[in-house]
Amino acid sequence: MAAVTTSTERSLNKLAIVGVLIVTVIFLAPIYWIASTAFKPRNLATTIPPTVMFQPEISPFVKLFTKRSQLRTAPTPEQYAAAPWWERLVFDGGEKVVRSGRGEVQWSGYPSRFMNSLIVAITSTVLAVGMGTFTAYGFSRFKVKGEADLLFFILSTRMLPPVVVAIPMFLMYRVVGLNDTHWGLIILYTAFNLSFSVWLMKGFMDEIPKEYEEAALVDGYTRMEAFFKIVLPEAATGIAATAVFCFITAWNEYAFALIMTNRRAQTAPPFIPSQVGSGLPDWTVIAAGTFLFLLPVAIFTFLLRNHLLRGMSFGAIRK
Amino acid sequence: MTQIELRGVQKYFGAVQVIKDLNLKIDDNEFIVLLGQSGCGKTTTLRAIAGLETIDGGDILIDGKPVQHLKAADRDIAMVFQSFSLYPHMSVYENIAFPLRATRKSKAEIDSEVRSVAKTLQVTDLIDKKPSALSGGDMQRVAIGRALVRRPKAMLMDEPIGALDAKLREEMRAEIKRLHIKQGSTTIYVTHDQIEAMSLADRIVIMHEGVLQQVGSPDEVYSRPANLFVAQFVGSPVMNVADAAVADKATSASVTVGGAATGFEFPHALLSKLNGHAGGKLALGIRPEGVIVRREAAEGFLPVETQIVEPLGSFDIVDLKVGSKMLRARTKSGFVSGPGEKVFVRIDPAQAHFFDTASGKSLEVRL
Repeated sequence: MAAVTTSTERSLNKLAIVGVLIVTVIFLAPIYWIASTAFKPRNLATTIPPTVMFQPEISPFVKLFTKRSQLRTAPTPEQYAAAPWWERLVFDGGEKVVRSGRGEVQWSGYPSRFMNSLIVAITSTVLAVGMGTFTAYGFSRFKVKGEADLLFFILSTRMLPPVVVAIPMFLMYRVVGLNDTHWGLIILYTAFNLSFSVWLMKGFMDEIPKEYEEAALVDGYTRMEAFFKIVLPEAATGIAATAVFCFITAWNEYAFALIMTNRRAQTAPPFIPSQVGSGLPDWTVIAAGTFLFLLPVAIFTFLLRNHLLRGMSFGAIRK
Repeated sequence: MTQIELRGVQKYFGAVQVIKDLNLKIDDNEFIVLLGQSGCGKTTTLRAIAGLETIDGGDILIDGKPVQHLKAADRDIAMVFQSFSLYPHMSVYENIAFPLRATRKSKAEIDSEVRSVAKTLQVTDLIDKKPSALSGGDMQRVAIGRALVRRPKAMLMDEPIGALDAKLREEMRAEIKRLHIKQGSTTIYVTHDQIEAMSLADRIVIMHEGVLQQVGSPDEVYSRPANLFVAQFVGSPVMNVADAAVADKATSASVTVGGAATGFEFPHALLSKLNGHAGGKLALGIRPEGVIVRREAAEGFLPVETQIVEPLGSFDIVDLKVGSKMLRARTKSGFVSGPGEKVFVRIDPAQAHFFDTASGKSLEVRL
């Protein structure tokens, strides 16, 4: 459709672009701040005014991944010369890498916390989206007795701040032995995301004409086959959008992770700030940890961006 | 060889009965059109035969075996939908192959069958395209191809060309007819378009509010409508229907409409054929081509005044005021110059229909 644009419309357009740019800068500034701090030498991280131009360093990441202790005495030149390049970076910061009796480098807590985050977020996302998709399909396609009430009940699980139930959950988890386990967090996050996933997927399922499945049913397929071969591919956009939202929620969750886990199953969000606690805070290490932590969500969202854009405009998937 | 039979089929949506005691027998290779307004139960009937709706009473038999308890997949029937009939994420080839993939056919078999169907429907060039790249007509061609490829016992079509524009609809209509003659399969076709029904059907089934009104060849439902509904539903322009009073004039019968001073002259035999209904409430039905208009006065013609003239190209429709009633007549184009003209009119007794006003049923009077 050819639209006739007037000069006022054109200047309004320009104004809108300027507005979008300003908003973008506001949103990206903290991310730039974290990313730049992650590559700064420690002494430049907290300068006032802030340092903008600097020689980027990898040392914050080395420190992030290794277990370190304060140096009482400076390393001898022989020690310094024998150390690999990354260990010298730690020496330069006035610390040394902790090694086991057999000389193996000790990892910091970060890699395992990061893995925990991945395990918990991915599993709970798969569960929440999977169950949500099935549930939504059921609500969308079949006459369910008390459908409106059930859907409201599902939504009502989100009607209070989750952290309100943190203490009872903690006590119950202690009884059943789910404290500090992956499954404990996975179950919690799946439960948080499920209502959201059901409601979002219901909207997408309603958009898929039922003629598609009916055609498949008449063509000799069972309902299950029709669901997997026809409905799922058609719902891909909705599934992607729902998955991104669920993943972000699970990935970023802080309060429950802090309360329910401490070591084995602890995720990255409560771990990263805990590094502040010992000695003088090394903001570059915290920034490096945060920077790496941002990447999975950024990559996931980037990969699914086409689906997301369509998925955001609910109700307008196809014409 | 596929016969389909409906015996006393009932269907409710909640408290509303959408199919009321439907009985119908469809022969092998027959092209049946279910015709009716939207909401008359025709699509529900089709979906019940396909197995997409359960029925609340009666039997559906395919080749003598009751199938109402079978799932759609087990009835070996193909269906073409009005819209959304192709899977958007599959190519044309995959769409046509889809029903075959449910069977245990080999890849090579599937390939040859898909290609032969594509050739029959002239969509070979489009085989790698996605449905979104097709025109409406090609989409429905592919949809018909997908239904044909499995060589099902019967084809069901739910307004397959209803969403196309008028010109394309005409083309596709001819194509469906050609295809049916060539391939020959028992076909049930649902439409609200009587032209489609007339041109395609071996027999037309007219439904209204869940009740079967009449089953017959296109000629039968047009020239011998069973009741007032069919009479006014089939045919365009619509049949004139007017309350009529019949009087005995010794050598002839007189039929008065709209309380006019004089009645139309009918053969005396009308009285005996009305079989005692003459005194009761009657309606006269006459198609516009059965209203004969002359410019000069003649024996048996009533003088009337023209009201509105609608030129329709090959003919005109002229509204004539007879008493308080408006009768529409079909004339040669330009026969009447305009409104307010004095003309003379007669009703062709051979084309007249008489209905019992109370029941709406035709009195089956043939003169």
